[in-house]
Amino acid sequence: MSNDSKITNVSGRAIVVRGNDIDTDRIIPARYLKEPTFARMGDYPFFDERFDAAGKTKPHPFNDPKFKGASLLFVNKNFGCGSSREHAPQALYRFGVHAVVGESFAAIFAGNCVMIGMPTVTVGEREIEDLMGLADSKPETSFALDIEAKRLAYDGKSIPVDIPETHRKALVDGSWDSTGMLRANLDKVKATAAKLPYMTGFRS
Amino acid sequence: MASGRTLYDKIWDSHTVDILPTGQTQLFVGLHLIHEITTAPAFDMLRENGFKVAFPERTFATVDHIVPTDLRTRPFLDAEAETLIQVLEKNVGEFGIDFFGLDSDKQGIVHVIGPQLGLTQPGITLACGDSHTSTHGAFGTLAFGIGTSQVRDVLATQTLAIDRLKVRRINVNGSLPPGVYAKDVILNIIRKLGVSGGKGFAYEYGGAVLDRMSMEERMTVCNMSIEGGALVGYVNPDQTTFDFLRGREYVPKGEAFDRAVTYWKSVASDAGARYDDVVDVEGVKLEPTVTWGINPGQAVGISEKLPRPEEFPDPDGARKAYDHMGWSPGAPILGTPINVAFVGSCTNSRLSDLRAAAKIAQGKRVAPGIRALVVPGSAEVKTLAEKEGLHKIFTAAGFEWREAGCSMCLAMNPDRLQGREICASSSNRNFIGRQGSPGGRTLLMSPAMVAAAALSGKVVDVREYLA
Repeated sequence: MSNDSKITNVSGRAIVVRGNDIDTDRIIPARYLKEPTFARMGDYPFFDERFDAAGKTKPHPFNDPKFKGASLLFVNKNFGCGSSREHAPQALYRFGVHAVVGESFAAIFAGNCVMIGMPTVTVGEREIEDLMGLADSKPETSFALDIEAKRLAYDGKSIPVDIPETHRKALVDGSWDSTGMLRANLDKVKATAAKLPYMTGFRS
Repeated sequence: MASGRTLYDKIWDSHTVDILPTGQTQLFVGLHLIHEITTAPAFDMLRENGFKVAFPERTFATVDHIVPTDLRTRPFLDAEAETLIQVLEKNVGEFGIDFFGLDSDKQGIVHVIGPQLGLTQPGITLACGDSHTSTHGAFGTLAFGIGTSQVRDVLATQTLAIDRLKVRRINVNGSLPPGVYAKDVILNIIRKLGVSGGKGFAYEYGGAVLDRMSMEERMTVCNMSIEGGALVGYVNPDQTTFDFLRGREYVPKGEAFDRAVTYWKSVASDAGARYDDVVDVEGVKLEPTVTWGINPGQAVGISEKLPRPEEFPDPDGARKAYDHMGWSPGAPILGTPINVAFVGSCTNSRLSDLRAAAKIAQGKRVAPGIRALVVPGSAEVKTLAEKEGLHKIFTAAGFEWREAGCSMCLAMNPDRLQGREICASSSNRNFIGRQGSPGGRTLLMSPAMVAAAALSGKVVDVREYLA
C-alpha cells in the first residue's frame, strides 16, 4: 500500500449526536440502499430525523449550522448497531465526518469504518460527556485525534483514547484498504482451501 | 481446567490463511452468498482494479431485499429497484456466478435458501453482506455478516481480514412451555444480555432446549445473534443437522456423505471445551414474549407490565423508546391494538413458521381493519406450504399470501407501514423507521403470536388460541 493511504491524524471541529444504541437504520434509512453506488450517500445521514415527510427541516445536530464543517463525530454507547450496511459509515464520511469518538461501537459498524479509512475510537462515559458538553457549548473548539499515539488533544488538554490494535495498525500502516494485502497471499489462500475436505466435495 | 476446543476454535484454525501485518487473521471463506443490496459497489471496485472473482464456484447470488412480493412483472414499478436488480444480473453474468433470480425456483431470502439447498454446511466459514448471516450458524457454520468493502475482499480473494472473537456458551436448559417458541428464546436471551452484551463474542447456543429444536428453530435463534451484539452465533452439529442435510441439492451423496458426516462431527465443540463465559437460561420460565420499544432487547413476557425507565442501565434510552411508541410504563403489553400483521423475514418465514401461524389462523378471520401479510422465505417454502394447503388457510382467514422476499422486515419493496401504524411482526428489528414509516411502530413476536394478534386486532396471549 502506498504511503498516502496512511491515516494517522484527524483534526477539526466536532458534531454531537447523543443517545445509546443508535442503529444503522436511523443513520441511513433502507430506501437509500437502492442506489447502486455510494456516490450520493453524503446527502442522507439521519435523513428521517433531519427532514419530515414534506422535506421540511427538523432540529438535528446534522442540520445545526453551528456544527457545519465538523470532521469528528461524538456519540455514546453501541453506536451503529443493527444492519451491516456500509452505507452508514459511507453516509457519515461523505457528509464530512472522518473520525467517530464514542463510548462503544457495534462490531460490524466499527469494522466497516476501518475498511473505508475512518477511525472509531472509544473514551469513557465521563470523558464523552465532557467532550460533548464542550463541542455543544463551544462548537468552534478544534479537536486533534492522533491515531498513532491514541490521544485526543483539545482546549490545551490531551486525553487517551482507545482503539483495537488491529484497527490502529491498519489505519497508520495504510493497510485498511485490505484487498491488496489479502491478494498478496493468494497462493497461501489456495493452499488453505486445498486442505479443507469440503472444497473437494468430500471425494476422498 | 477445561482445555478442549470449541467449534469456533476448530473452524477458525483450519480456515486461517495467515496472520496479517495488522495482527488480524486472514480467514478463508468457504461459502459467499450475495444479494442485490450490498454488492454493486463491490463489483465496481473489482472492475476498477481489474480483479476477477477468486472462487466463483464458492459464490452464489439471489435477490430478496427489494423484490415486490405481489406483482413481480418486469420491469418493476419501482425504477430504482429495477436498476439495482439489473446491475446484479449484469455482475453475476460478467463474473461467472451462479444466480437464483426471480424466475428460479431456488430464489428466496438468502438466509433461507442457503440451508434449503444444502449450501450451508457444518464446519465451513460463510460470509454474506447482511448482518443476519449468523442464521447459518444453526448448522455449526462460522457465518459472518459483512459490509460492502469486505464483500469486495471476499470476491477478490475468498478471504476476510478479521479479528478473533471470544466464545460465550449459552445453555437453554429444561424445556419450553406450550406456546413458547424459538423466537421467544432468542428475544429473552437478548433481553437478559442486552443489545450490546455480545460485543466481542461468538454465541454458542446449547442445552436441552436447543438439542431438541429442529433446524428451522435453531436458525431462528442464531438469526438474531447480531441483535444481541454478537457477530457470530452457532449450534454444534448433531444428528438433527445431518438428517436435515441428507439429500439436499448441494450436499454430498453416498459415501461422500458419510465422509462429510465424519468431518461435521469432528468440528463440534469438545465435551471439555473452554469458554470465555457461560450463561444459563431456564426454558421453563419463558413465556410468549413481545418487544415494546425500539430495540430487540426491550421486550417483556406477555403477562408482564411495561417496565419503568429507571429499571434500565440507560433510562434515557428507555424514555426515548416510550416517546416513540407512545405508551406508558406500567401498562400491560397485552391488549395493545395493532394495524398490521407481518409473518415473514429471515427470522421466521420457513415452513414450520408458516405452519405455526396457520394453526392459529385455521378457520378464523383477521379482525376488521387489520392488514395481514404472510410472506414465505423462499419460492420453495411457498410451494411446500401450498402443497399442504397453508395458503388456503391464510387467504380464507383474510391474510394476503405473497411471493418470497424480505418484504416488510425492512420495507425496501412496496410493503411498508404508513404513518403511526403498529405492526405485529415476526421479523427481527423494531428500530425506528425500520418498516418503512419514520413514525411506524413494530412489535416483534413469534409467528404464532403474530397470527393471533391479526385475528384479535390486538396483542394477545397465543396460549389462549392453543388451548
